[in-house]
Amino acid sequence: MLGFFLRRFGVMVLTAMCLTLIVFSLVNLQPNLEKLAKEQNNMRMTDQQVTIWLQEEGFDRPLLTRYAEWAGNFVTGDLGDSTRFRKPVSEIVGERLYLTGKLMFWVMVVMVPSALLVGVLAGMREGSFQDRSLSTFAIATTATPEYVSGVVFTVIFSSKLVGLQWFSGSASKAMDGITFYNFTLPVMTMAIYGMGYIARMTRASMAEVMTAQYIRTARLKGVSFRSIVVKHALRNALIAPFTVIMLQFPWLLTGVVIVENLFNYKGFGWLLVEAAGNNDIELLLSCSVVAVAVVLITQLISDIGYVYLNPRIRVKS
Amino acid sequence: MEPLGSFQILTTAVGHFLPVWIGLVLIMGASALFKRNLSLYGRLFDSPVGMIGLALVLFWVLTAIFADMVAPFDPLEQYRALKNKPPGMFETETGQAFLFGGDNLGRDVFSRMVHGSQTVMAIAPVATLFAFMVGITLGLPAGYYGGIFDTGLSFLANLVLAFPVILLFYLLVTPEIRSTAIPTTMAAVLFLIPIIFFIVFIYCRFSTRPDLMWKLLTPVILIGGFCYLHLINAWNPAGVWMDGNTLNIFVSVVFVNSPTVFRIVRGLTMDIKTRDYVAAAQTRGEGPWYIMMWEILPNARGPLIVDACLRIGYTTILLGTLGFFGLGVSPESSDWGMTINEGRKLLRLFPWAALPPALAIMTLVLGLNLLADGLREQSLKD
Repeated sequence: MLGFFLRRFGVMVLTAMCLTLIVFSLVNLQPNLEKLAKEQNNMRMTDQQVTIWLQEEGFDRPLLTRYAEWAGNFVTGDLGDSTRFRKPVSEIVGERLYLTGKLMFWVMVVMVPSALLVGVLAGMREGSFQDRSLSTFAIATTATPEYVSGVVFTVIFSSKLVGLQWFSGSASKAMDGITFYNFTLPVMTMAIYGMGYIARMTRASMAEVMTAQYIRTARLKGVSFRSIVVKHALRNALIAPFTVIMLQFPWLLTGVVIVENLFNYKGFGWLLVEAAGNNDIELLLSCSVVAVAVVLITQLISDIGYVYLNPRIRVKS
Repeated sequence: MEPLGSFQILTTAVGHFLPVWIGLVLIMGASALFKRNLSLYGRLFDSPVGMIGLALVLFWVLTAIFADMVAPFDPLEQYRALKNKPPGMFETETGQAFLFGGDNLGRDVFSRMVHGSQTVMAIAPVATLFAFMVGITLGLPAGYYGGIFDTGLSFLANLVLAFPVILLFYLLVTPEIRSTAIPTTMAAVLFLIPIIFFIVFIYCRFSTRPDLMWKLLTPVILIGGFCYLHLINAWNPAGVWMDGNTLNIFVSVVFVNSPTVFRIVRGLTMDIKTRDYVAAAQTRGEGPWYIMMWEILPNARGPLIVDACLRIGYTTILLGTLGFFGLGVSPESSDWGMTINEGRKLLRLFPWAALPPALAIMTLVLGLNLLADGLREQSLKD
């Protein structure tokens, strides 16, 4: 088991290094650097002045040297300064991640139980009317990306045209305090797109378990259907969705970026767009590291969790 | 003139789609009539879900084809008087109504929605097809041979998959990157693979019959080569076919999708290569590429077709996301994602500008997903 962890961990570190190197080289392309030089000094610099400035700042050294230097600084906690916010990157990222963490927490609280419920209800009687309608609902939610459902919900629940105005169409106040009024729409928008996929995986896994021999045995013994589902099927059916839920995090990241911009909630996703839009190299690098780390760590947890939850999979050590 | 009421708007809109309805009825009718001779596609008509999906997809395909006949206005023409006006107002000069209202520049929302389908239909299916060719060409040998080749490619695929999609797009689809050689180089590599795919596909089967092989290979090389030179903008006699930004988006979408296809194909190959007919072909002394292309690939087609439907839908969502962040095809175009992005700024005052393209994306993707579901259900009945 330990060998498995170490090998997975090694691959993860290698992947992280490759990915950060790719990001590093992409944000440090020559046109980006020239743009940076002009932004930092004045827009009407001659090409010669740009070259001199880049030389003075050390941007003309080989890419790998600069990457090593950046990585060294990063590991020791020096993330550089943001040119957009004129503050150390570490301060900004922490603050924004906290806000996104709150959003993610509520999304998970809403999304996971409802997705599992839909999946289990659909999968326990495969092919029934209940199954068909819930499955179609799940398909419909996967066909509704955040920028579609967000727009539709805003029109329905907060525009003057429809007149309901139940919820606020902007979540900027939610950064100070979350209320039902200002946080429902962003959470709902994100939860809906993500839940369809989890529900479908749960349904597939549930439907498979329901055909297993031990379920038939339980049924022949005369156990009630309710008790079969709750006591026998559910535990085994929930192993597969666990992996899916963990692997859903990278997808949520895209959702976070869309939803935060749509509802003007200034979290990590908003920061990423600001950094990319303003050519803020140090900030974009740190955001990328966070994003990549989230993806890799959730992958690792999903692998380990799967092995841990499912004793039938024995790891060769 | 009096503005139209909501019922009249609906009937007029349905009327505008007349060529689409005719096409839809003809295609669906003909397919339903001959469904016994159409194998998997025909059996789709036995499943209501699949039929609804097919109808939705066909609706948008036909809308893209007949866009000029369906749309009453030019999607870029601005009518000052109808700026941000609610649905149903008449344009005085032409006597036509702005069915779904006017946007913030006084353009007809309905016509823009109709024309927006062309952008999606031009990019999403082709990009998915390219991603599949790349994924298949690399996934087959990876699954068949295994070993270091497989480990290396799988590592690369996982590398791309570990990239958050949105970050990758923010890094790849920028104006700065277009002034470097990266998009063209990526295009040159990625687009070469489909041609290699077809050449190998034909060569490994017909190499024993050279005259037939050359008959098949010559058009592939000529047409493929022509398209290839066009795509990478190396040779452009007929003017620019694809501008820099579209090429960049196209390449990025192919690049994002192909690792997933690679993983699916690899998995399927590893499963299928243990079957008896593969062993039979090996005993017959067939070459490895013949076995991969003509024994394994045809038997993996079911899951691949289903995945292709889902993937076109996913690509549509991706293109919308790009448009939403202002990274889309071109700033003036009627691309759905970009229209949503423009419309959302005034969403609470004038919601009609963003709603039609949003619902358009939703129905198209829903159609593709339902179609995939119907196909899966029918192919499992084998």
